[in-house]
Amino acid sequence: MTALEFTVVVWVLSALAGFLGALTGLGGGVVVVPALTLALGVDIKYAIGASLVSVIATSSGAAAAYVREGFSNIRIGMFLEIATTLGAIAGAFLAGRVSTHVLAIIFGVVLIHAALTSLFHRADHGPSAESDKLATRLRFNGSYPVDGKPQKYGVRNVPAGFGLMFGAGALSGLLGIGSGAVKVLAMDRAMHIPFKVSTTTSNFMIGVTAAASAGLYLSRGYIDPRVAMPVMLGVLAGALLGTRVLVRAQVKTLRVVFGVVILALAIEMIVNGITGKV
Amino acid sequence: MRMNDKRLEIIIGQLLRTGVLLSAAIVFGGGVLYLVRYHAARLSFRSFQVGGPEIRTVPGIAHAAAHLTSQGLMQAGLVLLILTPVARVAMAVAGFALERDRLYTVVSLIVLVILAFSLVRAI
Repeated sequence: MTALEFTVVVWVLSALAGFLGALTGLGGGVVVVPALTLALGVDIKYAIGASLVSVIATSSGAAAAYVREGFSNIRIGMFLEIATTLGAIAGAFLAGRVSTHVLAIIFGVVLIHAALTSLFHRADHGPSAESDKLATRLRFNGSYPVDGKPQKYGVRNVPAGFGLMFGAGALSGLLGIGSGAVKVLAMDRAMHIPFKVSTTTSNFMIGVTAAASAGLYLSRGYIDPRVAMPVMLGVLAGALLGTRVLVRAQVKTLRVVFGVVILALAIEMIVNGITGKV
Repeated sequence: MRMNDKRLEIIIGQLLRTGVLLSAAIVFGGGVLYLVRYHAARLSFRSFQVGGPEIRTVPGIAHAAAHLTSQGLMQAGLVLLILTPVARVAMAVAGFALERDRLYTVVSLIVLVILAFSLVRAI
């Protein structure tokens, strides 16, 4: 296809990715990588480079809105980022040494786990109003607006959260994704943080995690401007629209959207990783 | 100026917005230049080829952008985008320090050091 056709198609797919990403705390990378490799036959190295760019675009673009609305929690995000950035460096380091097929399969497995956990989620346990001791010392507790009124919440299981974040970071460095799915799940399930705070804080965090791998990706030539340009511009447009929708959206709907999207992508990636098409 | 959480968050948010818009403008400009020239070019990204220093190293990118090549401009905008989260963390360090929040000044400083370490290795 011509450069113009390629650019337009990528822009449209990326806008969709950015929109979904802003709603669910994902970086859009989970949509961008399969879209580029499966639909457009782009080599996975270029795809993960462009994906990393899209993650930062979603994060920086949307984060401004969320922080101002009072949803995300900077302290939690920053503390956990120590773990994610360290993991990201480890992962990026490994990325050059792992085969493309293996990357695709790992990617798919990660997505399946995230999808199933989200889709078969039992009723919201209701966030705990109390933090455990470590969380209190770290001053993690906060409040967020529910129907216009501030609702307090506490946080638990910080070490587990920290460990999961290292893993999320490693996946990010390895696959060029933001690992928003893992971050949201770690905060929501392990640390009992309210879902909307988890997703918006994740959005805030994925950009930093991605930046930790970006230097390495750039120097290896994974980020090609002709691929990354439409991805970045599309994702930004989509994310800007998505942020306007999130505030009014129902948590239950968001979870289902999240689960369905990544389940479909997971299956595709695994199949293609195995059959060798990726 | 009294600093508190809310102000810190708003300032960081504005910084992010500005950085993103600026980088988007540069990438868009480069993109337009690129498409005007190469819109009919037949492209394939099926096999990976390591590009030259003009897209892989910061000095190379700066040089290409200064000469207003389309790829140089696009890549420069992308690098600027990559720097926005880094700037965000740096601002958080400053903000927490102004709030006299010692614990989180240190926490965010650790993150900043990790980021700097990984970015420097790439150049």
